[in-house]
Amino acid sequence: MNSVLKGSSFVLVHSPDMLVHSGTTQTTERIVNPSSEYLSKLPKYLRSFDDVVAYLPNQVYIGSKTPDDLAAAGSTWYDKPLKGANRFGPFGEIMPQDEFYMLMQACDAFDLVRLEKAFSDDVKVRFEKHPLVDEHLLAMVSDGIDIGDIMKVVNEEHAEGIYHDDKLVGYVKKAHDIDINLSAHVIFENLASKASCTLALMHLIKVTGISKNSVEYVIDCSEEACGDMNQRGGGNMAKAAAEIAGLSGASGADIRAFCAAPAHAVIHAAALVASGTYDNVVVAAGGSTAKLGMNGKDHVKKELPVMEDVMGGFAVLISKNDGKSPEILSAFTGKHSVGSGSSPQAVITALVTDPLDKMGLKIADIDKYSPEMQNPDLTKPAGAGDVPLANYKMIAALGVKRGELDRTDINAFTEKHGMIGWAPTQGHIPSGIPYLGFARNEMMSGNIERSMIIGKGSLFLGRMTNLFDGVSFIVQKNGGARPASDAVSEDTIKRLIAQSMRELAASMGVE
Amino acid sequence: MENQKRVKDFADQYGPEHVVVIIGAAEGEAAGLAAETVTAGDPTFAGPLTGVSLGLCVYHICEDAVKNEVDDDVYDEQVSMMEMVLDVDEIVREMDAIRSQYCKY
Repeated sequence: MNSVLKGSSFVLVHSPDMLVHSGTTQTTERIVNPSSEYLSKLPKYLRSFDDVVAYLPNQVYIGSKTPDDLAAAGSTWYDKPLKGANRFGPFGEIMPQDEFYMLMQACDAFDLVRLEKAFSDDVKVRFEKHPLVDEHLLAMVSDGIDIGDIMKVVNEEHAEGIYHDDKLVGYVKKAHDIDINLSAHVIFENLASKASCTLALMHLIKVTGISKNSVEYVIDCSEEACGDMNQRGGGNMAKAAAEIAGLSGASGADIRAFCAAPAHAVIHAAALVASGTYDNVVVAAGGSTAKLGMNGKDHVKKELPVMEDVMGGFAVLISKNDGKSPEILSAFTGKHSVGSGSSPQAVITALVTDPLDKMGLKIADIDKYSPEMQNPDLTKPAGAGDVPLANYKMIAALGVKRGELDRTDINAFTEKHGMIGWAPTQGHIPSGIPYLGFARNEMMSGNIERSMIIGKGSLFLGRMTNLFDGVSFIVQKNGGARPASDAVSEDTIKRLIAQSMRELAASMGVE
Repeated sequence: MENQKRVKDFADQYGPEHVVVIIGAAEGEAAGLAAETVTAGDPTFAGPLTGVSLGLCVYHICEDAVKNEVDDDVYDEQVSMMEMVLDVDEIVREMDAIRSQYCKY
């Protein structure tokens, strides 16, 4: 029996100082060209927390607005702030940077993070009032220390400074004297990922109402590697975040596959549940500090705000079939194989039409496709185009080649079966998953029948292979139409049973 | 960056007059940027071709000059789907402009 999509949470973390100090575009520039015009101009183009909350794509990400709202609001959104926008939404929240630093500190199990006393006291008042912060979490918050002690550790012990409003307010220490895998920079990056993953888990518990002890397994699918020099990507971010979120009945492990990892992870989780290994599996991811401000140079050059100023996170609960929630069709996934080929045609065939052919469906039988849902407000000024639209056009073009669509239908197809992207360019975050919250709602209310989620990854970045990667899966209304191949398999089962009965009867006769 | 290095190495190894670069970018602007990189030099000042004007012959795969050289079945299998969604006219305009300005061969 298929597993079901029980619910999902989506969180953003406003990270303007992390953008300046930890984003690789900025850290690289600081090394290569420390007196660059870009670095001097950058602070003027950073957005405030209120700007980030009022930004429509962010409100779609946390579920307060819908993809349809986004499509109705024109083709740019940085210039159309929403009035009265709230940091909390039905799927999660947008957390301000200062509260997030406190969460990061609470996530630190090795006394590597400390915050300055006045800053810590100030933030704690708000942190305590956060609706999801409980005593268990508060007990992990350390007292603040003097700024002099912080400066000493930053200046003399190679700690990474924690900055807020351009002021030093804390540090993340290195965790080893020699091992670069435990340097302060790496620990900062990993703790930021762990903390944002934890935040997503906390919201998932609220969104789904599942008891913490019922989660049996967590799969982290973010993009950071945690480990030491003997096992650089050893893991286990999943279990580390689950511990802080209080999921004491859960084990877990990490799946890494660049931007495609979330789709891989959902396929794994769905199979674990469908097979009966576990009843409740969570797929979760934290955000990436490295990718903050990745296209900042283009944004500043075009006098736009630097909009890659939030880290993303999400968590998805996949459970035993409840007869109501949308099903994840484990038998009809798409995969780009080693031998698939790298041309766009080969890729779309492997990811989209191969699983549809297996089900006996046509391209237009998928109501909504969710490929890489990057927000075009961020990518277009950087010359990367509109990524979701490019994907929809490719799917439609393959439909034309297969004789399922007319060439003149391409634009109509992209509008009907596609969406405008709203996810921050955090690599794994846009990869198909951000639609799952809406997909569940739309299927539960009977507006759509099925959706295909497509994850893609650029493996060449790790220099181990030039192969492309991608996987896809279909989410379908519970009890939705069964593909023809299911009927065939039922016949096959009946035939097999009949044959076994005949063999049994024959063997009994012999005896 | 890696591609810039490889293009430079090929030009050094075989002579720039013997190298033709075929681009597969999906947009005119991106195709133009790549073409400019292998002719006038890296306009972003980031890679090994910064300040190196190789002036190589450069075409987009959808331009007739290259398309007509490719086996029809291979083109159909590898490129025809993308050709349908690209603004080929815009790409050709960009490529023509770069070639007429910077191509040396």
